[in-house]
Amino acid sequence: MGAQLRLLRRRIKSVKSTAKITRAQELIASSRIVKAQQRMHAAVPYEREITHAVSAVLSNTSSVDHPLTVAKEQPATAGVLIVTSDRGFCGGFNANVLREAEALKAHLSGRGLEVKPFVVGRKGITWHRFRSREMSGEWDGFSDNPSYGHAKEIADALISSFKEADGIDEIHVVYTEFVSMLTQEVVVKRILPLEVEETEATPETVMPYYEFEPTAGDVLDSLLPRYIESRIFNALLQSAASEHAARRRAMKSATDNANELISVFTRQMNQARQAEITQEISEIVGGANALADAAAGKE
Amino acid sequence: MAKLRVGVVSPEREIWSGEADMVIAKTVDGEIGIMPGHAPVLGVLVEGGVLRVKRDSESDLVAAVHGGFLSVADNDVSVLAEAAELGSEVDVAAAKDALQRAQASIEADQEDADARLEAKRAAARLRAAGEEV
Repeated sequence: MGAQLRLLRRRIKSVKSTAKITRAQELIASSRIVKAQQRMHAAVPYEREITHAVSAVLSNTSSVDHPLTVAKEQPATAGVLIVTSDRGFCGGFNANVLREAEALKAHLSGRGLEVKPFVVGRKGITWHRFRSREMSGEWDGFSDNPSYGHAKEIADALISSFKEADGIDEIHVVYTEFVSMLTQEVVVKRILPLEVEETEATPETVMPYYEFEPTAGDVLDSLLPRYIESRIFNALLQSAASEHAARRRAMKSATDNANELISVFTRQMNQARQAEITQEISEIVGGANALADAAAGKE
Repeated sequence: MAKLRVGVVSPEREIWSGEADMVIAKTVDGEIGIMPGHAPVLGVLVEGGVLRVKRDSESDLVAAVHGGFLSVADNDVSVLAEAAELGSEVDVAAAKDALQRAQASIEADQEDADARLEAKRAAARLRAAGEEV
């Protein structure tokens, strides 16, 4: 009996310390979500303006023959940028992204394309290494706080591979979109060849006739890479915010579970202690009775 | 007189937005001044340029703008910079230091493109802060 009591005490202690850790993680994640969301919002004006500018150029020049916008006739390879997190403790966050990436890979292979993964985030990288799959590019160390420089680095690698004659012909990106605090969704988007997304597009508005400095082609040349960088930056920021939200949720349910376990164990421990006391009392009473009976027998 | 609505944005944040009478920026073709009623323009900005926004009531707003675009349509001026900094925010000592280091590496290696870029940027930051370079 005493052994069981000791065992329960030890378990309660260990669960309590785990709960402390998960609770701390939860609090850290909630404070970082706010920051990540602010960064996401801060990036919106630039994104809106650059999307507007790209649509303006594309609508002004009737025949755009830019290598970045034209789909190759016979695409042979596709690059897939997979955005995962560096750290775990975030529930199904990485598993969801990787599952979606696998589905995309199957889909692309079905079209006869060879798939080259470009992976962001340590979790995604180890996932690929463990399966000894070759990666065309890997970046880690910034998943929870990406800067524009990181997005530029990734975009440069993707664009240069895209421009190579035997490089990739399509670029897709798989990341987690931050819909709200409670919902994050894994999305798959094609970034090259370019499909310009006008976020708040109204088809009636006619683009003004722009003058270009120096020429439309030159403007497009420098505009398109910036646009792709901004799309990738957006994906990184969304993914960072989602990571924190996923971590907060996972850690919250872990803390809740731990607290529930603690109360169950406490009840069991009290029961065991009560049982022990009851037994001791009945032993004492039994012993006393036996002594009294023996004394009565003598008389 | 009509006013320009100006927005200076970088990928990480909105640097400044407000109304102005004139915007002067440096594109790869040269300096361009935008006043209200200007025809729609889309221009590529130079690396290490200085943007000047003239406002009638207040003193000029000056910013160091590195790369990016200028887009003008319908009295809306947006400056999309890869990196930008308001003149008032520039850390002059740090910029001077950066400029000196960059110049030293240019002297050591004439072909050092990174250092040249760095020198341009530092110079632009100093000019934006109102220092003579």
